[in-house]
Amino acid sequence: MIEVKNISKSFDGKTILHGVSATFYTGKTNLIIGQSGSGKTVLVKSLVGLLRPEEGEILYDGRDVMKMNQNQVKELRKEIGMLFQGSALFDSETVLGNVMFPLTMFTDMTPAEIKDRAQFCLERVNLKGADSKYPSEISGGMQKRVAIARAIALNPKYLFCDEPNSGLDPRTSILIDELLSDITHEYNITTIINTHDMNSVLGIGENIIFINKGYREWVGDMHEIYQTTNEALNDFVFANDLFQKVRAYVVSHEHR
Amino acid sequence: MVITDSLTTFGRYCLFISKVFSIPDRWKTFFKRTFFEITKLGVDSIPLVIVISLFIGAVITIQMQLNIVSPLVPSYSTGLATREIILLEFSNSILCLILAGKVGSNIASEIGTMRVTEQIDALDIMGINSANFLVLPKIVGFLIYMPVLVIFCIFTSFLGGVLISIFTGIIPLSRFIYGLQTMFSEWYVWYGLIKSLFFSFIITSVAAFYGYFVKGGALEVGKASTNAVVASSILILLLDVVLTKLLLQ
Repeated sequence: MIEVKNISKSFDGKTILHGVSATFYTGKTNLIIGQSGSGKTVLVKSLVGLLRPEEGEILYDGRDVMKMNQNQVKELRKEIGMLFQGSALFDSETVLGNVMFPLTMFTDMTPAEIKDRAQFCLERVNLKGADSKYPSEISGGMQKRVAIARAIALNPKYLFCDEPNSGLDPRTSILIDELLSDITHEYNITTIINTHDMNSVLGIGENIIFINKGYREWVGDMHEIYQTTNEALNDFVFANDLFQKVRAYVVSHEHR
Repeated sequence: MVITDSLTTFGRYCLFISKVFSIPDRWKTFFKRTFFEITKLGVDSIPLVIVISLFIGAVITIQMQLNIVSPLVPSYSTGLATREIILLEFSNSILCLILAGKVGSNIASEIGTMRVTEQIDALDIMGINSANFLVLPKIVGFLIYMPVLVIFCIFTSFLGGVLISIFTGIIPLSRFIYGLQTMFSEWYVWYGLIKSLFFSFIITSVAAFYGYFVKGGALEVGKASTNAVVASSILILLLDVVLTKLLLQ
């Protein structure tokens, strides 16, 4: 479980996060949603330590990151997997090389064991036969799956995903969502997904945190979101006709 | 304002270098990457070094022969002057200015692209010192291979002079070779090698610095690459003056 308590972050005198508090549960898909520029990426980057908030606490199972020294942070990072928006695969490595990379750097496994583990991870994300291809030779959806395989290679306790569906077609987005959800439950990981995608929100959002203008405005799950009276959240999630109709349908069926 | 900016940049460069020169997470990976960088930055530069050295060696020989026309100057002077120019300046300073363009832009654009595509963030999040992991093998690899390139450059330039002597007859070959051997000072070779080591460090570290701190997209990577070449060229020229004063006086 990751707890965030009253964190604030500013850039050039402009406050981006205003005392945000949130809890991200183990074994659940935790979603951070909000409009562009609302501060959700800053929140995720603060959580993983790429940015340092001016105040507040970030507790990884009770361990305060803000009070850790450099070596402790380095050790903690070995428990973290991250899926970047653009996949961030290493261009110079093959698909298999990308997944083997963290294992080579942080384990004492033999080359054969490393290869076996990497191939297992690739099979887990339903990616076979692409081992020797380079990232530029595979599709965006496949790149995302390789990135997930790399992120889970070291059996992380915490998995961060920055807009995992951006640039993907709806069908592939759903597959990636299902994969993330399955992996979260299967390995009991604390998964935090930063997303704009409403299909993800309504499909896999077990714990949803809505950030608006740097404030945490709403917390709930994918069922509670249909009932929300929060104006900003309604504007954001149910902005188009389709989602308004979906909500009307779901709400009417719940009342029956 | 310019002074403040320069000092700030220099401070960031020093912090970056301190991050680069830390103990690698895995020595095995470090040696593997260093070997790879020697091949990529060093061995792959040999064709360029050969072509440039061959032609510049030939051109220097022609120019020396055409300009030293006094009956008071011995005919072997062409070879001697050509040798001194190649040993003292061309095989180190000018070669490094050329390599700043090839190797420097390669490093800046490679690391810059890794920055904008979040590959460096991925390394950081894994708990890897990205500056050390990416940059140290480049600095060490190029530093190790630089003397080889300098020696290559010296001999290929001489070969250029020899070939022009043979094929144009502008100077008798025996006179040219005699000139190359006359009053030879071994220290000039060491002087060139020492200078080239400093320059190779500038080329790799400055280019890596500009690439590492790129913000934005493809346009900024291009700008960083240009800035890296300009900055390292200026630094090479400045250091050339300082090292010449220190090593030759």
